[in-house]
Amino acid sequence: MSTADMSSAELATYNFAYLDEQTKRMIRRAILKAIAIPGYQVPFASREMPMPYGWGTGGVQVTAAILGPQDVLKVIDQGADDTTNAVSIRAFFQKVANVAVTTKTREATIIQTRHRIPEEKLTEGQTLVYQVPIPEPLRFLEPRETETRKMHALEEYGLMHVKLYEDIARNGHIATTYAYPVKVEGRYVMDPSPTPKFDNPKMHMSEALQLFGAGREKRIYAVPPYTEVVSLDFEDHPFEIQSFDKPCALCGAENVYLDEVVLDDKGGRMFVCSDTDHCEDRCAHGHRGHLAYNKEAAE
Amino acid sequence: MYVAVKGGEAAISNAHRLLADRRRGDRSLPAIGIEQIVAQLGLAVDRVMAEASLYDRSLAALAVRQARGDMIEAIFILRAYRTTLPRFGYSRPVETGAMLVERRVSATYKDLPGGQLLGPTFDYTHRLLDPSLLNDEAVDTPLERDEASEPVMRVSDILAGEGLVEDDGDMPDGHVAGDITREPLEFPMARDLRLQALARGDEGFLLALGYSTQRGYARTHPFVGEVRIGEVEVELDMPELGFAVSLGRVQITECQMIAQFKGSAKNPPQFTRGYGLVFGQSERKAMAMSLVDRALRAEEFGEDIVAPAQDEEFVISHSDNVQATGFVEHLKLPHYVDFQAELDLVRRMRREYEAAQNTDTDLPEAAE
Amino acid sequence: MTLDTLAFSGGFQEPVFQAQAVFRTLMDCMARPGTIGAIAATVTPPKPLTPAAGAIALTLCDHDTTVWLTPALAASALPGWLAFNAGAVLADERQNARFAFIEKGAMLPNFCLFAQGTQEYPDLSTTLVVEIEAFEGGRPLVLKGPGIRTQEEIAPVGLPDMFPQFWAENRQKFPRGVDLILVAGDKIICLPRTTVISVKEA
Repeated sequence: MSTADMSSAELATYNFAYLDEQTKRMIRRAILKAIAIPGYQVPFASREMPMPYGWGTGGVQVTAAILGPQDVLKVIDQGADDTTNAVSIRAFFQKVANVAVTTKTREATIIQTRHRIPEEKLTEGQTLVYQVPIPEPLRFLEPRETETRKMHALEEYGLMHVKLYEDIARNGHIATTYAYPVKVEGRYVMDPSPTPKFDNPKMHMSEALQLFGAGREKRIYAVPPYTEVVSLDFEDHPFEIQSFDKPCALCGAENVYLDEVVLDDKGGRMFVCSDTDHCEDRCAHGHRGHLAYNKEAAE
Repeated sequence: MYVAVKGGEAAISNAHRLLADRRRGDRSLPAIGIEQIVAQLGLAVDRVMAEASLYDRSLAALAVRQARGDMIEAIFILRAYRTTLPRFGYSRPVETGAMLVERRVSATYKDLPGGQLLGPTFDYTHRLLDPSLLNDEAVDTPLERDEASEPVMRVSDILAGEGLVEDDGDMPDGHVAGDITREPLEFPMARDLRLQALARGDEGFLLALGYSTQRGYARTHPFVGEVRIGEVEVELDMPELGFAVSLGRVQITECQMIAQFKGSAKNPPQFTRGYGLVFGQSERKAMAMSLVDRALRAEEFGEDIVAPAQDEEFVISHSDNVQATGFVEHLKLPHYVDFQAELDLVRRMRREYEAAQNTDTDLPEAAE
Repeated sequence: MTLDTLAFSGGFQEPVFQAQAVFRTLMDCMARPGTIGAIAATVTPPKPLTPAAGAIALTLCDHDTTVWLTPALAASALPGWLAFNAGAVLADERQNARFAFIEKGAMLPNFCLFAQGTQEYPDLSTTLVVEIEAFEGGRPLVLKGPGIRTQEEIAPVGLPDMFPQFWAENRQKFPRGVDLILVAGDKIICLPRTTVISVKEA
């Protein structure tokens, strides 16, 4: 092709939701098998996406394969709808699928997420799509895929317990605070993606379908609704989630995950909801944290 | 008082606007044309085509321009385009023996049928900055052979004629060549898939690995049997017509590395091969690829696997620069939720540590 | 119409959106075993395959999947229809099939005769699409397992008496085993290998 023949229209044609139909079928087959074998990582022929590997290409491919014109999509990164990569992925689907988008958790039929599970309880009919960087929970103990695959096949998870126990011996704590390994339906040890362990209990017996896409590593896995998801622990060191001393400074929410915001160079800190929709929703309903109140007074 | 940061959308759009400005640069200078890039930065275009696995010089040049000359970014852009293209079929293997060579050198023979042909090479140029290029001074027209060029015999075929080198790429009967862009990678891999991955692998990564084999990390005692650059015909079988039709010609670089001999009770001693094949003119990449290909065949030849270049899962999992750059660069995305989780634990452990220290220091004082 | 013309017609009119809709029903039903989903099928596969099963075939099968057909389906115009509309190729043996289609009234082979996947790659197993008479009025079966809050009950008509036993054997091989898509008219129920099925005591 010479540049003279090259028209911008010719370069800019793409299918609904970007992926071609053959690719969607391949991903859809993988999703069905993933649901049928909860926690097992199904290999799939991940495609190059127009965003970098490691930036959500797995999640984007899963979303693109399931998305239809009637869906309402929410995209979050670190719990927030307005982080730049969430904005970028949402804009991508608006452009290639013309799909309705929302920031409200309860309005969404599909929620694509990086690093958080929304605070609001998800319900039947919703699908949570996780972006996963390293799907293999055993990868940091054993870098070889050939070996970790064998371990899953033989249900040999002793190494993982040894690692967690070494943490306890050295630090007095299990030193894993995010991407905390879980066991699904009593069989597969699974990486929940780098969500803080605070979110692990939300995966257990969730009403929503949970799909996980790892584009660079070419794996899809799933947790169906109403499925047992148990965080690994020990009798003398039971699993526990993070707790925060203070409620959210903006909406006053307790028992939610908070982000630390540095206010000045004199050690000033505040803690606010990481789930921005949850926080805004509470504020709209009249809940106030100590700093939000001051802000209003100042205006 | 705290106001949450908003406006990611506006920030992204402004950043892209600034990027477009920087890409265009000084408006008083003419914009660089795609044809100019194809013609004058041809080897950059070739690398982009090779590692993007798409043979299209104009699109590769467009990608180079769009990427402001960032090669990996250009490769990425072209790959993302390639992946949306429909697939009509698989071509027949190209016949490199029938190549119309523009360059062909062999290190293993002084002279051979077809001769040594230097072609457009940097070899033997003195790497002195050339002031004549500062101004657009006239360039002499090249001297070319008078006679129409004919295919020249491959060096590996000369050796194969004597049975002194292993056969060319034996695969089991009924083996259908795979396609790494359509199937998930699984280890161990067959050599056809491995070669596909190496062909689109990062030039720098393969160069370093190839170099490491020369320095003793899986030494294979290689000789360049032959490097050849030229055009080959790409043909597609048409079952409806009952014959193959030509789709056109592509320029490729092929390297056959002749490596350490092997023999066994069943097979007489013979040389082994490492193979490299790349789109366009890229001798460095083809040679590095052939060294790594040979090193990765260690298990096949019963060699001890002792070095990184022999480790298939290591090499193939990390050779793709689009994957590598994505994952390395993703570290700049927000991770504050995970970091908060770590921060919380470190603070807790610090408190416990300090509490323990205080108890320890208190005790001796009390004893005094 | 001749066998030949049958093969070239009756695919999706709007492949992108219809395949998406069928897939979402399949996904929801696979994630919630026992839930009845509806396929708004508009495809017309050659008889005796029904439109709903035909729509599932076009949604999931292509030239990357091998398909096993019962002798009756293999003798119909279906192989040509699948080849033309999906590019799907027939499996020579059940063991090599990614999908299997079994029409209403045909004998349901024991699940162990199909691809079970391996311990390392349990996903490489056959998904069976089995047409039956109805989802109500048969022997009540109780379903438990992932995707089910407490339990679900179905009463399919047209499954062999041996079905609970076949299924129990399939369940025991977990993570290996086949997955099932039951089709009755335009309704479907999915049974992933994780589902535990027991016959309801009278």
